[in-house]
Amino acid sequence: MSNQKEITEPSYLEYKGKYKGVFSWILSTDHKRIALLYLFSILSFFVIGATLGLLMKFELIAPGKTIMDAQTYNAFFTLHGIIMIFAVVIPGLPAVFGNFLLPIMIGAKDVAFPRLNLFSWYLYVAGVSLVIVSQFAGDGPPDTGWTFYAPYSFRTAGTMLPAVFGAFVLGFSSILTGLNFLVTMHRMRAPGMTWLKMPLFPWTLYATGWVQLLATPIIGITLLMIVAERTLHIGFFDPSLGGDPLLYQHLFWTYSHPAVYIMILPAMGAISEIITTFSHKTIFGYKFMVASVLAIAFVGYFVWGHHMFTSGMSGTALYTFSLLTFLVAVPSSIKVFNWISTMHQGSIDLQTPFYWAMAFIFVFMIGGFSGLVLGSLAANVHLHNTHYVVAHFHFIVFGGTGFAFFGAVHYWYPKITGKMYDTKWANIGLVLFFIGFITLYGPMFYLGFKGMPRRYFDYDEVFHAGNIISTMGSWILYSGLGIIIINLFSSLKGGVKAPADPWGGKTLEWTIPSPPPVENFDEIPLITKGPYDYK
Amino acid sequence: MENEKNHIIPYRTFLLVLICLISLTLISVSVTQISLGTLTVAIALLIAVIKSSFVLRVFMHLKFENKIFSFAVIAVFLIIALVIFITLLDYLYR
Amino acid sequence: MAAETHRDDLASKTGMWLFLFTEMLFFAGLFVVYSVYRFRNPEAFHLAAKELSVPIGTINTIILLISSTTIAMSITALQKKNKKFALLLIGITIFLGIAFLVNKYFEWGEHIKEHIYPGSPVLALRGQGDVLFYGLYFFMTGLHALHIIIGLVFIGFIAAKIVKNKIDSESFVLLENSGLYWHLVDLIWIFLFPLFYLIT
Repeated sequence: MSNQKEITEPSYLEYKGKYKGVFSWILSTDHKRIALLYLFSILSFFVIGATLGLLMKFELIAPGKTIMDAQTYNAFFTLHGIIMIFAVVIPGLPAVFGNFLLPIMIGAKDVAFPRLNLFSWYLYVAGVSLVIVSQFAGDGPPDTGWTFYAPYSFRTAGTMLPAVFGAFVLGFSSILTGLNFLVTMHRMRAPGMTWLKMPLFPWTLYATGWVQLLATPIIGITLLMIVAERTLHIGFFDPSLGGDPLLYQHLFWTYSHPAVYIMILPAMGAISEIITTFSHKTIFGYKFMVASVLAIAFVGYFVWGHHMFTSGMSGTALYTFSLLTFLVAVPSSIKVFNWISTMHQGSIDLQTPFYWAMAFIFVFMIGGFSGLVLGSLAANVHLHNTHYVVAHFHFIVFGGTGFAFFGAVHYWYPKITGKMYDTKWANIGLVLFFIGFITLYGPMFYLGFKGMPRRYFDYDEVFHAGNIISTMGSWILYSGLGIIIINLFSSLKGGVKAPADPWGGKTLEWTIPSPPPVENFDEIPLITKGPYDYK
Repeated sequence: MENEKNHIIPYRTFLLVLICLISLTLISVSVTQISLGTLTVAIALLIAVIKSSFVLRVFMHLKFENKIFSFAVIAVFLIIALVIFITLLDYLYR
Repeated sequence: MAAETHRDDLASKTGMWLFLFTEMLFFAGLFVVYSVYRFRNPEAFHLAAKELSVPIGTINTIILLISSTTIAMSITALQKKNKKFALLLIGITIFLGIAFLVNKYFEWGEHIKEHIYPGSPVLALRGQGDVLFYGLYFFMTGLHALHIIIGLVFIGFIAAKIVKNKIDSESFVLLENSGLYWHLVDLIWIFLFPLFYLIT
């Protein structure tokens, strides 16, 4: 790469196109700028959601009312769930890192449908705006939980319609992103990049794309049915009209379970990238990693009933879902084994992203094992709707997708911004975050096992000590988060300039400048080797 | 696929398919006037499946596309069938 | 500003097929509801279905089948550089789509006149099976009709582009895609028809 090129080609950040100022961002169809638009929105909503969580934990530091009454608490956990699920972790990695990295990692100049990509972001903004409207319009914010269970969701006085429509629109955004990525991978891989030469992060985006495409419409139609119940009294879920509330649960979870695979698969892809790079060793068992990702996406489609074990389903449904739930854990375990095997006899470079990856494996396994506990029918009877479930999904979703997100941020930050962050503060933030995380969610396993229900703003005195520890954990976590975010922002100004390949990675993004030029590649590369060619 | 542009389906083909589709529609209507219990509905649905395959393969061009499109369409139908089946496992055995 | 890309018709068509899959899954949710409530209320569904007009349903089915034929033929016409004939065929497609909607309007009107509609107290008095049957009937045919309207708008846009020669014998993937959408709408009706009208 000649110096001549570096001077004449502006990076995507500096590029001056048709529009000026903020319009050059919100009207841009450049996948890299759209990724940052998503990053800004998602990070903002994450902070709002986390603050809601912080306040909820503060309410729970003591039995009885602490800072809010029961109705407010219900509204808080509803909004916390809607924001975190629909506005943060589902879009999360695909919208930010998928958008930024996918075209580059497969040697393309953009996604298949750049204008559709921008439209997906507009839909995202419209969706979250509707959710915000639901907080202030009408007779009070929604209080059903993010799960909108019937019949309460069509009987409650809370303002459901904007929230439900908001979720619907967000779903559309997700579908179009998945569609875009699928076509991109089918049609725009660089010459020589066969499917089995494609890196693992794109592979996870591929499997995720199918889930986004084929699962999201189900919740779309289910939300419309809620609207029909609320406005037309159509009767699908109303027992007095012959409907079955359980059918709502079936439909809801038929999407919402695959949704968690939308959350975790790209996370696993990012972890695969990080581990190979910092082990300076090719991934162990590439083909099994690909197969397991596809298997998780497929089998994960048929396990939804494990959210409904105590609901009154038939015995046949119970053991079918339990069996399938145990089955879907197998490919995940293969992935963990392969990550560890990749590290084994690798040349480990201990950097911030690698610490995040190791933390991910630790918390993901705890989350995963607790999922198996919940997947066991007899244990589930005791643990359903307790804080054990809350611990499980925070370990696996926050721990899983969240940790992978932060790992990905710290891994690809130099590429995206052209700067290096302060490693010392990044690691301090991580340590605080990790300690806070375990302190916050660890006790919930115990509390749940002892019988503390979830979604209650009050609890019995016997659970007090565990809750105090947990709430203090939230403060530690929040400070760690603050340090991490402040460090990332301040390094934008004060950070050292990053080279094209600060970590010694082998995938295509490390062959182009940091930050990349608008069209990514001067010439589309010709691929002759596998993605992790370390020897 | 570059040979796509050269591949033109003659009007006749579409009209013949239309005649088949209308015939099948009329057959399904008359069959269901005879009550054969659950078999009636099964036949009506089977005819619907046959009509769909005409629409998919000729009108929607699947017969002439890369086989992967047909594979995907069948896979989607299968997934839907499985979801309905598993949901019914609840209702059938309550 | 994004990178310049050359035209990729296969990408466009693939994208359309993927979108069709989402529409299939969208309606699938309603077919799940139908399966469950049909299973639980076989007699009520059977009797309620008798109240639907098989002649109108059959005519509507044939209308859609013809309209699928005409839009498929319009692609052949365009490929043969017969722009006028293509536009005529598309015009017939749109006309038939509107005819379907008009029929539906009258069909629904009949039911609503008898106070049969979702949420109606008269319907509620008839029993739970009837409530569910008609709830599904109105929701599914209503959602289907909405998709007909969307399809007609889409086809209308494509017709305008053909008039302006933006779509022609060298570049017609948009016409193909609008055809695919229309055929999907036809496919959904192919299943709705027996499940509501022929389960007598």
